[in-house]
Amino acid sequence: MVAHTALSETAARANFSSVRGAALAIHEVSHHFELEGLPLPVLERVSLHLEPGEFVAILGPSGCGKSTLLRLVAGLDFPVGGSLSLDGQPIQGPDASRIIVFQDPTLYPWRTVWSNVALGLEARGLLQSHRGRVDDVLRLVGLAGFTTAYPRQLSGGMSQRVALARALVNDPKLLIFDEPLGQLDSLTRIAMQEELVSLWQRAGFTALLVTHDVEEAVFLASRVIVLSERPARVTAEVVNARPYPRHRGDPHLAELRREIMSLLGLAQSW
Amino acid sequence: MAAAAWLGAALLTVLWADRSGTDWDYTGDLAAGFGAVSSVLTLAIFSEAWFGSMARMHRLAPWMLALAFLLGTWEAITAKLGLLPLPFFPPPQALLEVVIDDRVRLAEGVLASLRLLAEGYCLGAALGFAMGVAMGWSRAASYWIHPVLRLVGPLPATAWLPLAFFAFPSSHSASTFLIALAAGFPVTVLTWSGVTSVSSAYYDVARTLGANQSFLILKVTIPAAMPHVFVGLFMGLGNSFAVLVIAEMLGVKAGLGWYLQWAQGWAAYANMYAALLIMALIFSGLITLLFRLRDRLLAWQKGLVRW
Repeated sequence: MVAHTALSETAARANFSSVRGAALAIHEVSHHFELEGLPLPVLERVSLHLEPGEFVAILGPSGCGKSTLLRLVAGLDFPVGGSLSLDGQPIQGPDASRIIVFQDPTLYPWRTVWSNVALGLEARGLLQSHRGRVDDVLRLVGLAGFTTAYPRQLSGGMSQRVALARALVNDPKLLIFDEPLGQLDSLTRIAMQEELVSLWQRAGFTALLVTHDVEEAVFLASRVIVLSERPARVTAEVVNARPYPRHRGDPHLAELRREIMSLLGLAQSW
Repeated sequence: MAAAAWLGAALLTVLWADRSGTDWDYTGDLAAGFGAVSSVLTLAIFSEAWFGSMARMHRLAPWMLALAFLLGTWEAITAKLGLLPLPFFPPPQALLEVVIDDRVRLAEGVLASLRLLAEGYCLGAALGFAMGVAMGWSRAASYWIHPVLRLVGPLPATAWLPLAFFAFPSSHSASTFLIALAAGFPVTVLTWSGVTSVSSAYYDVARTLGANQSFLILKVTIPAAMPHVFVGLFMGLGNSFAVLVIAEMLGVKAGLGWYLQWAQGWAAYANMYAALLIMALIFSGLITLLFRLRDRLLAWQKGLVRW
């Protein structure tokens, strides 16, 4: 699969070089759910700005509202207070320029790999003119040989790669990752993290990642945002200026990890 | 071995004289038929041996053997020994006689039944599917259709029979309505449940990829609900068989159900057995057809039940 990726690099670069990431502005966003008639606050005046092409990771205790924040950015839900905008345009609903990749790949089991990836183009009536893109993207994620396979025939890592290809084919300006590697075994996970970095570097989209894994956040992101317990507030921001590609053994990354662990209140294990 | 058994049945039929006092016209033809099966089997054995794969033959062989014994026994205790009272238990050649001599009437019956069934079932399945999708998708549709469905659905379609024959201009249209009703109920309920059980994550993903409402319904909801829909179609088909036969017995003056009733009037038991056999073959064939269609459309699922 790595060999596939390398082979297709030139083709992919030609396709994605025009794509530029967008700036995301989350301004004083608050949100709550209704629970048995009572409001359950989830987000409290969260503000966050992403520069075009930046890779930002969000870390926080589980159940703190990270996924809710991503749904707001994707336009699947609307905040109770505050505002969100992409390149200055208010976010008013789902749009193919902001695509979310969930922890569960959520492939459509009745569609082959190829038509799963083609879904976005098909939905927007672009499939006829952009058929080649589907093949390009499949090659990019190393699944060129699996176009006619059905999702049930794929492993977890392959499924998640299809989900990634399904997002990439639409040239998103912002890719939103909701713990995309959370269900994978640790070896696949490490390989996929490296692929994510190289895809991001090539395609140039802005990336917003939610994860539980501090090491993953430190390895991937140029900035790590730490959220509090629910209702989530931004409690810290750690800049990681290490250039890409990074190495896992880098002592600087280990240092950052220790710092973030202590911000999360887990310092004693380090 | 199966071939030999069929040959045995053929010889038994032709060599053993029919019991005195009876006169079956088609004894020779029946024996010829058994003989033909025997030679087909023999041929099959040789051709399969020639071309390789014997697996299919091996799988069929026990059944072929059992059938030969069954038919041979049937022949022996009816036509040859006369152990069972006539006319209630006719020998196999009597059925053959009916199928050959009465073929025009039977064929007309088959066509009439199939036409009525096709019209009623397709109408019911289409309406049921549309209602199920509407109920699953729209709150308003669910609000209005659900109570009606709950009240009317469990009522067996046959309960409408007297009223339908009175209210509709022809017994044909009345029966079409009844069959549609019988097929429509399970299709509606299962389509509806299929649509409501579609994971909301499927919609989230499609929406972020730029899908609009009609794309969501056609490309997400309906394919995701299809496994349920097919269960409904299967149940609906079974229901519609029952209504078809009853409607034909009680009102429609055509079809296999009517033929059964008519044959009973003449105490023509051989005709009834023949009609039943044909009916069983047709209904089973239709269900096979439905399952084939499902296997094609739902090839992406695994572990489907084979019919």
